[in-house]
Amino acid sequence: MSYLSSTHIYPIIVENVKLLDRYVGKKPANGSLYLTATHLIYMEASGAARKETWIALHHIATVEKLSITSLGCPLILRCKNFRVAHFVLESDVVCHEVYISLLKLSQPALHEDLYAFSYNPKSSKEMRENGWKLIDPISDFGRMGLPNRYWTITDANRNYEICSTYPPDIVVPKSVTLGTVVGSSKFRSKERVPVLSYLYKENNAAICRCSQPLSGFYTRCIDDELLLEAISQTNPGSQFMYVVDTRPKLNAMANRAAGKGYEKEDNYSNIRFRFMGIENIHVMRSSLQKLLEGTGISPGEFLSGLESSGWLRHIKAIMDAGIFIAKAVKVEKTNVLVHCSDGWDRTAQVCSVASILLDPFYRTFKGLMVREQPIPNSVIPDVNHCLSLPLFASLRCGHLDGDSKEVSPIFTQFLDCIWQLMEQFPCAFEFNENFLLEIHDHVFSCQFGNFLGNCQKDREDLRIYEKTHSVWPFLVQRKPDFRNPLYKGFTVYGVLNPSTLSHPFLQQAQGLSCFASPCIADIISISLAMEILTTRPPGNSLSLIGKSHLAMVYNPLNMLLHSVGYYIVEDFCIYIHKAY
Amino acid sequence: MEFSELIRTGQAQAELLRGPEMPPLRGTLCVTGHHLLLSPGPQATPDLWLLLLRSVDSIEKRVAGDAGTITLRCKDLRVLQLDIEGVEATLDIARSIEALSSLESVITSFPFFYRPKGLRLGESWHFHPPERYYKRVARETRAWRLSEANEDFSLCPSYPRAVIVPRTVDDDALARSARFRQGGRFPVLSYYHAPSGTVLLRSSQPLTGPQKRRCAEDEELLQAVLAGARPGARGFIVDTRSAQAAKQARMTGGGTEAKSAYPGWKRLHRPLEREGACILVHGAEGTDSTLLVTSLAQLILDPLSRTMAGFQELIEREWIQAGHPFQLRCAHSAFSHTRPKHEAPIFLLFLDCVWQLGRQFPLSLEFGEGMLLALFDHSYASPFGTFLCNSEKERCLCEVRTRTHSLWSGLNQPKEQRKLRNPLYAPNPLAIWPSVEPQSLRLWQGLFLRWTHPPEPSEVAWEKVWQIATDQEKTEGSQPTDSASEPQP
Repeated sequence: MSYLSSTHIYPIIVENVKLLDRYVGKKPANGSLYLTATHLIYMEASGAARKETWIALHHIATVEKLSITSLGCPLILRCKNFRVAHFVLESDVVCHEVYISLLKLSQPALHEDLYAFSYNPKSSKEMRENGWKLIDPISDFGRMGLPNRYWTITDANRNYEICSTYPPDIVVPKSVTLGTVVGSSKFRSKERVPVLSYLYKENNAAICRCSQPLSGFYTRCIDDELLLEAISQTNPGSQFMYVVDTRPKLNAMANRAAGKGYEKEDNYSNIRFRFMGIENIHVMRSSLQKLLEGTGISPGEFLSGLESSGWLRHIKAIMDAGIFIAKAVKVEKTNVLVHCSDGWDRTAQVCSVASILLDPFYRTFKGLMVREQPIPNSVIPDVNHCLSLPLFASLRCGHLDGDSKEVSPIFTQFLDCIWQLMEQFPCAFEFNENFLLEIHDHVFSCQFGNFLGNCQKDREDLRIYEKTHSVWPFLVQRKPDFRNPLYKGFTVYGVLNPSTLSHPFLQQAQGLSCFASPCIADIISISLAMEILTTRPPGNSLSLIGKSHLAMVYNPLNMLLHSVGYYIVEDFCIYIHKAY
Repeated sequence: MEFSELIRTGQAQAELLRGPEMPPLRGTLCVTGHHLLLSPGPQATPDLWLLLLRSVDSIEKRVAGDAGTITLRCKDLRVLQLDIEGVEATLDIARSIEALSSLESVITSFPFFYRPKGLRLGESWHFHPPERYYKRVARETRAWRLSEANEDFSLCPSYPRAVIVPRTVDDDALARSARFRQGGRFPVLSYYHAPSGTVLLRSSQPLTGPQKRRCAEDEELLQAVLAGARPGARGFIVDTRSAQAAKQARMTGGGTEAKSAYPGWKRLHRPLEREGACILVHGAEGTDSTLLVTSLAQLILDPLSRTMAGFQELIEREWIQAGHPFQLRCAHSAFSHTRPKHEAPIFLLFLDCVWQLGRQFPLSLEFGEGMLLALFDHSYASPFGTFLCNSEKERCLCEVRTRTHSLWSGLNQPKEQRKLRNPLYAPNPLAIWPSVEPQSLRLWQGLFLRWTHPPEPSEVAWEKVWQIATDQEKTEGSQPTDSASEPQP
């Protein structure tokens, strides 16, 4: 089936459309709406610059048609990059037509209908193929010093026989046999056997990843125990190895009843077991929904909405887990094996955060791209660190009309974690916030093949490498836009040690409400607000955080400000401009 | 010197903990009349650690065995811990700090003893006299005049000697209007907006009371304001209180302007849309939220007030000379156990608002976060005399101008500039309308988390910004460039 549905003739053009702006004092613009096969374009009719607003159809999450008002027929688009566009059309009939078209176009049912399969940037076949070769994860293993005397890169999974969601090449201890690896895979959920994710060359400590063991209450697996023992022995400098289950203990215990669960310390030699308490995808999904619902109201409501969404608490949990792993590797010099349930969401997030903390390379353009590289040789699947994205890109990002229960903002959270780090270490990253935003946009835009399919095998089945383009050459071209002018170079920061202390953010901004209104609270209540603000819990405030207060200072990733802070964005661009 | 009576122990051995990221200091602790000193001893570096006692907000002491611990919470939100050898020494030092940090007398405060090298007494108090601004407005508009009716502070004790009023209103009328306004704060000009020919005024609430009193001279004064502005100008009275609070104030003798008595003026209790009108701002006393609103409005509208000199002038004119009672409001900060009802962080609120503006318009303010932090610190405890006392009248009585140094002369020294100035500044001739969406307001981490976050990353970033800006200037100096970097909000 062709991407252009035969029942529609494109573009559909609608005149006299208003785009409402939420800003006081700004009159709604008047212009035309163009509905093309790939984008919805709004062009202002007047004004010197003739402002254009482009919305990729794949970005549209929901379309809402409200009842007719004195202004006209409102049509509200909510996008996956958190943009909200509020159009008002003249005619109810036309509005309905646009509404129906958008519904149909924004969520194609087949992979082949995605934009990436029709996108043609007028580049030659050769350029397209080279684009896919731009980032080579295998070379990243070389950078880590692999293979070495303890670790080997094997293509044992070339036909996806060991694990269908792993890439063909995996890194395992040299000392184990293929039989042990296969045996262990049978004991792991979705056959996701423990493999290496990152090696800290300086002290031989490794971060490995896998899925939960199928241990139930009593089951053991000799091969799995052997494999863990072998992983532990790749680091002779350490007497033990951490096994980190990123889930809350309760969830892990519930899994036991279903024949899954977690490692029993007694069955494995020299492991130390830890839970990290990161919630599952369903909790994360509803957290994001609440966060977005809470925007755009009064400061007090916004902040309590932000707090009750729990978003920051989740970000903190992910970062704390990443910090724990990074410290284990750097300070305790031990290996860490990380898993959650299937090992492709939380595990991907925390392994990626940990490697960004440990290795300045991942704070460069090239490094971040390697980390996010979902493709071929990446020894570790999804992720190659990052992001679950690869693996579960399609499911988690809701590209296709399908099961909404599988959609979750795992990748958004990962980018948020990087953003938090950039806030705390303004000179440590080669790229800026816009780069994160651009990547976030392209995860949902489906313009490029990188984020399609859920794993390597999927991508091969869909022939993504033959039929679509890679996003990285496209981003590399625009590098000047994404450069952080404050970056101090590769060598200035080694391991980052961020703070995840909480502070009572809420009271602060209530004091600030005077900015919005001259009805200023009487002086006593302001003093009280300030007192609460500055009364921090003594000593380590971690226990308090869990109960109530917001985890971190938060500016919701500026993505939210796409639709909100137009001054800020413009002034920021000028700032960047001036910095050059 | 009377301080010696308050100092119970000369010195003790102690260890100082300054926060999570700083190494502890060991040495001899010593209390003087105005300072707490820690001398690391002869073998270590000769660097003294010094704390102005005035900046201590609350003090807690604990003793255990033969040692004690004093926790000092400072007005700049720092928390310090001193581990001291000897129970007696601990208690004595704690008592000394308690007594010395809460001295009420202005003329025995540190600014009267502070004599830094390189500054000469009395020479910098003329940095920003408001008269200069008032004279300029009077010259430009011809509708306003400088009045010395308050020369002896008899009309209004919290106003400066010279105020600016409509040319057609004589001093007798001012005196009557002053009697009709709380604290004598009759309407005076705060800012003249040349592009629209309109003015911003401030005052205190009228004393209408339950009988709904009126004052003909006060009404004339506001009438004269409209007559002097551009033809057809309307006026708005922005009452910073809620409508209900304003109504309640009538019971205690205060109140609001009656609609019928002030034709051409409309009263509001909410923010205004943009339109070219004259504005009178007042709350109750007109020394707190009123000043907050008028000074913020000027920062948004007036490019001059966003320069380093203009901002200092604004604070001098709209806060210090306008009679914000700094001594009452900043006597204590967030940690104090007692909470006098006059104490409130109104000025901090203003600084936070300016910080939010600066964050939204990173190029438009000539001063940086360092300047705002310095103002915050000095308003609560300072070696300079600028923020002493509650009004110009009190400052005259204490001879602050001749016997202390001005903060402005301290801040304007070349060595301070890299800390205080914004390297990205590019003059912006436009009004800078900030976004007040809840998402746009952020916690001022540089202030509130100053002592809990490690300072290096942000210091490194600030240095890097300076470096980029300086390098750019060098290249610009060698070749002409376009002016594409002007912000266009």
